Amino acid sequence: MNALVEARSLTMRFGGLVAVSEFSAAIAPGAIVGLIGPNGAGKTTCFNMITGFYRPTQGQVLLDGRDITGLPPHAVCEAGIARTFQNIRLFGNGTALENVLVGMYVRQKSFWWQSALFWPPALREEARQRTRAMELLDAVGLTSVAGEKASSLPYGAQRRLEIARALATAPRFLLLDEPAAGMNPQESQELMEFIRHIRDAFSLTILLIEHDMKVVMGVCEHIYVLDYGVTIAQGPPAAIQSNPKVIEAYLGEEALAYA
Amino acid sequence: MTIEIFLQHLLNGLTLGSLYALIAIGYTMVYGILRLINFAHSEIFMLGAYFVFWGVTLFHLPWPLALVAAVAAVALVGVLVDRVAYRPLRDAPRISALISAIGVSFFLQNVAIVLFKAIPREVYRPEWLENPMIMGGVRVLPLTLFVPVLSLLLMLGLMYIVYHTKPGLGMRAISKDIETSALMGVPVNSIIALTFGLGSALAAASGIMWALRYPQLQPIMGVIPGFKAFIAAVFGGIGSIPGAVIGGLVLGFLEILIVAFFPDLAGYRDAFAFVLLIVVLLVKPTGLLGARPEEKV
Amino acid sequence: MKRYHVFALNFMLVGVLAALLVCAQRFLDGYSIQILNLVAINILLALSLNLIYGFTGMFSLGHAGFMAIGAYVCAILILSPDQKAMLFLLEPAYPWIESAHAPFVVAVFAGGLAAAAMAAVVGFPLLRLGDDYLGIATLGFAEIVRVVANNVPRITNGALGFKGIPAYANLWWNYGWCLLALVLIVRILRSNTGRCFKAIRDDEVAARAMGVNVFRLKLLSFSLGAFFAGVGGGLLASLLTTIDPKMFLFVLTFNVLMIVVMGGLGSVTGSVIAGAAVTIILEWLRFVEDPITLGSVTLPGIPGMRMVVFSLLLIAVILFRREGLMGTREISWEGIAAWLRQRRKA
Repeated sequence: MNALVEARSLTMRFGGLVAVSEFSAAIAPGAIVGLIGPNGAGKTTCFNMITGFYRPTQGQVLLDGRDITGLPPHAVCEAGIARTFQNIRLFGNGTALENVLVGMYVRQKSFWWQSALFWPPALREEARQRTRAMELLDAVGLTSVAGEKASSLPYGAQRRLEIARALATAPRFLLLDEPAAGMNPQESQELMEFIRHIRDAFSLTILLIEHDMKVVMGVCEHIYVLDYGVTIAQGPPAAIQSNPKVIEAYLGEEALAYA
Repeated sequence: MTIEIFLQHLLNGLTLGSLYALIAIGYTMVYGILRLINFAHSEIFMLGAYFVFWGVTLFHLPWPLALVAAVAAVALVGVLVDRVAYRPLRDAPRISALISAIGVSFFLQNVAIVLFKAIPREVYRPEWLENPMIMGGVRVLPLTLFVPVLSLLLMLGLMYIVYHTKPGLGMRAISKDIETSALMGVPVNSIIALTFGLGSALAAASGIMWALRYPQLQPIMGVIPGFKAFIAAVFGGIGSIPGAVIGGLVLGFLEILIVAFFPDLAGYRDAFAFVLLIVVLLVKPTGLLGARPEEKV
Repeated sequence: MKRYHVFALNFMLVGVLAALLVCAQRFLDGYSIQILNLVAINILLALSLNLIYGFTGMFSLGHAGFMAIGAYVCAILILSPDQKAMLFLLEPAYPWIESAHAPFVVAVFAGGLAAAAMAAVVGFPLLRLGDDYLGIATLGFAEIVRVVANNVPRITNGALGFKGIPAYANLWWNYGWCLLALVLIVRILRSNTGRCFKAIRDDEVAARAMGVNVFRLKLLSFSLGAFFAGVGGGLLASLLTTIDPKMFLFVLTFNVLMIVVMGGLGSVTGSVIAGAAVTIILEWLRFVEDPITLGSVTLPGIPGMRMVVFSLLLIAVILFRREGLMGTREISWEGIAAWLRQRRKA
């Protein structure tokens, strides 16, 4: 198997605390992979290491064979990795459309002064970006609110807008941090369809953190389980559900009822 | 440079440093609790100096009474400033309160210009402070000794309040976490008012001693010492009271000694502190004794 | 509303402005023209600070420093070598300072460039700092500029400063530069780069995650703002014909900050309106500071009253209307058209 993304024994220490220890994963192109674990298990820390927000104490991240460890977040994004945030982080004062356009900046060819000085190729590029941004909004079903202020959108729409903004950076690898948080069963059902849809439509590879076990088990092809920073299990959903270590880690949480 | 002159410089540095330290404590306490650079603090310092000489010349109060009255009045001004200009902005973005503070600073400065006129005035000094004493070959003004000693006493008093009394416990709790403290029943607003009062009282004391030491009063007299004291607070680690004291002393010594050893740089005297500030912010933004929480992604 | 409609309307607006300036020049007295000149410069300065603080979210208090750099560079370039030979009383100027000479437009541009270059240099380390720390560090930078200006008499003539700077900065130059700044800043803000500035202001972490090179764009915005601050400083030097280090105290930055906050952080139209209003009111309030003679009675003026009023006004705005006049809203032709349509419907 030729992995698109590879994490090699990623370790993150904060002072004496080991937040994540030796996290290794190889994610095949086109896969939808889950990262689960109880609160505080180090899932978001893994995301932050992969996306360049934290420099891992130890270990490497490879994208398509290229070592991207230690790159700053914007360079990681440029390399083809996009993410969403657990507690939605939109540009609140901008419209939905503007949020998506910011995502396109990383692929922009023209310089800042070209568009300011009415340089025709730059103006054409801006027009193209606008069209593309509307397409992306359409893909997440937000065309009708393109001109609305992002902070005024309902919660679910904000989640989808964040995904559209991430897609605007033209990623190959997308990290979703709790996309189903705060959704009712109906909505999370739709979300599963949606995740599969964008994977196919944008030929993505997806890694997602999720607490909603229905979503994780329903959409992921492979799952990593973290507990206290240690990878306690990995495998296809069926194997994870019956794994005694996982059940123990989740004792009293959703997994027990589900197992 | 003879040893006597060097000692003289050291004493001057100690005097200047303890004056900075007294102002710096006010900055550091307010920043520790509200994360606010209280720009108006330098005007509080200036008001202290004016009030006491007003008391003496206009109301013919005896010195000790004028001192106490001025310090109390300035503490009241400090509390009022917080009540009117900062308290309504507790939930606003931090920079809003900062802009408000800058506004208050200019307001007080210009009120002082309106009331006292912009021209500098001579300060009348009580006689017993004027006659120099000779100690071991060093010519010492009583003030040069009086300032560090009184400053030390004031600082000890403050430390006692902060570390050994119930309101002091409240202050320390609020500076750790204002919301939780409120939930735990700490009377947040009164404690903050007390903080402003104490900080302002120290600044007033510093202003009075400053005016005696460098005998001139003018409405903008607080600006430069205020900035320098703030820098001292950052250098010592903003939020830490011992840090403010150390920072103030270090800055005082540095300023006097650099000018003493490199007289060519005397013109740049007011820039030293800012250079120090920028260096500290870049190299160790938490200062000597401070700690700041990291931002979470 | 079509693009060429907007273009035509803007063109007309510039025409109206030009006509007004012609009228002003013909019918107004020197004092009123001076105020109009100050309006243009203050709008320019407010726009530049708004770009840095209101749109990119960098709380910079270094404007007086950039203005000082622009003012000194411009003044040195437009003063003739003979004038400079007379001016430098403390110590003779360096030969290259004395011989440097350039036409006004080049001098102003050079002042802007010098300020921008300085911004890039100090921004490189300083822009890593956030919020209030950035504010106090840039304030420190401005103070250092002032102290240095005081101490390099062979370049700046020390505390004496320059007198008799040629008064080239007439209405046309001032409004021309102001308009140029307005158009460029609006163009940049409407481009994707401008959207990224606002994104950085709203959420820096998210902007970084979306591939925005936050540091580079901050440096860009900071330098652009400093460029126009330098331009403003140059124009001001030529308008007032005298400069000295004392002119560039923190209060100068305070005045610009006041305009930006009152107009609305993140609103270009707000800065324009507040720039005009604040300048005019500030001048008008001068009367309280001058003695007033009523018949045989002379009321003494009250120095300092102007700033008392203005600082109170600033505090009131922050306390009761934090978003200022306009918030982040703008007045645009599209907006006016939409408003008119709505009214017709109603």
